[in-house]
Amino acid sequence: MGAFSLPTSIPLDYYLILSAVLFVTGVVGVITRRNAIIIFMSIELMLNAVNLSMVAFSAFLGDVAGQMFVFFIMAVAAAEAAVGLAIVLALFRNRRTVYVDEVNIMKW
Amino acid sequence: MELQVLLFTIFAIGAVTTALLTITRRNPVSSAMNLVAHFFMLSGLYLTMEAQFVAAVQVLVYAGAIMVLVVFVIMLLNLGKEQQLAERGNAVRQTLAFATAGMFAVMMIMAVVGGPSGKTALHENAAMIGTTENIGQVLFTEYLFPFEAVSLLLLAALIGSVILAKRHIKEEA
Repeated sequence: MGAFSLPTSIPLDYYLILSAVLFVTGVVGVITRRNAIIIFMSIELMLNAVNLSMVAFSAFLGDVAGQMFVFFIMAVAAAEAAVGLAIVLALFRNRRTVYVDEVNIMKW
Repeated sequence: MELQVLLFTIFAIGAVTTALLTITRRNPVSSAMNLVAHFFMLSGLYLTMEAQFVAAVQVLVYAGAIMVLVVFVIMLLNLGKEQQLAERGNAVRQTLAFATAGMFAVMMIMAVVGGPSGKTALHENAAMIGTTENIGQVLFTEYLFPFEAVSLLLLAALIGSVILAKRHIKEEA
């Protein structure tokens, strides 16, 4: 082998760093986009980044609790998707827009 | 274990790329399609950690159910490409937003790099805990109460979304 050798297995830290990068991608999506549906998709990105670190901890520590949490997070995300999209629909029906900066009725 | 390294590299690059495409595409439908691809990449990453059940549920629930709902709403609202507001050129606010996100990223990555976990390989039980059999076993014994609570949550979400999204029919006196 030369000076550079490929790792033979992926350490836990790599999964955690990947998860952090994906989470921040979601955060940037939420703060830069105007479309409520894309903001909603960015929130899903963040939820999935957390799921990734949960599964990583679960697999590397040999504890099933992490994967149980992922299961419940998915159920909550499904509920959130249904309610969130219903709110977007109601918003569009009343204001003819899905751009969050044009919705200011709750702004003080 | 070389296969795990190869698959992790492919899926990690794929996941980051599709996530970036999701938040940068102007067209909401292509955003949604990239998010579906992202969920498949994550599912692959779960498989590199021997979490078979979570990988299958990821594809079924996220790529299958949730994204169908999202695409359906996008089509229903007939959304076009998102235009950028001209007066949105608020450079200070934009810079602050990216600086905050960047500092957050640095903070999280430093937390991992600064205190390495020392775990370099999967736990020897990893292949055993991720199976549907084991997950079901634990779910219906140790986690039975949260499981029932989640069913209640889903019912509440179901009723809530119907009430929110339904048309208001005028009362005919």
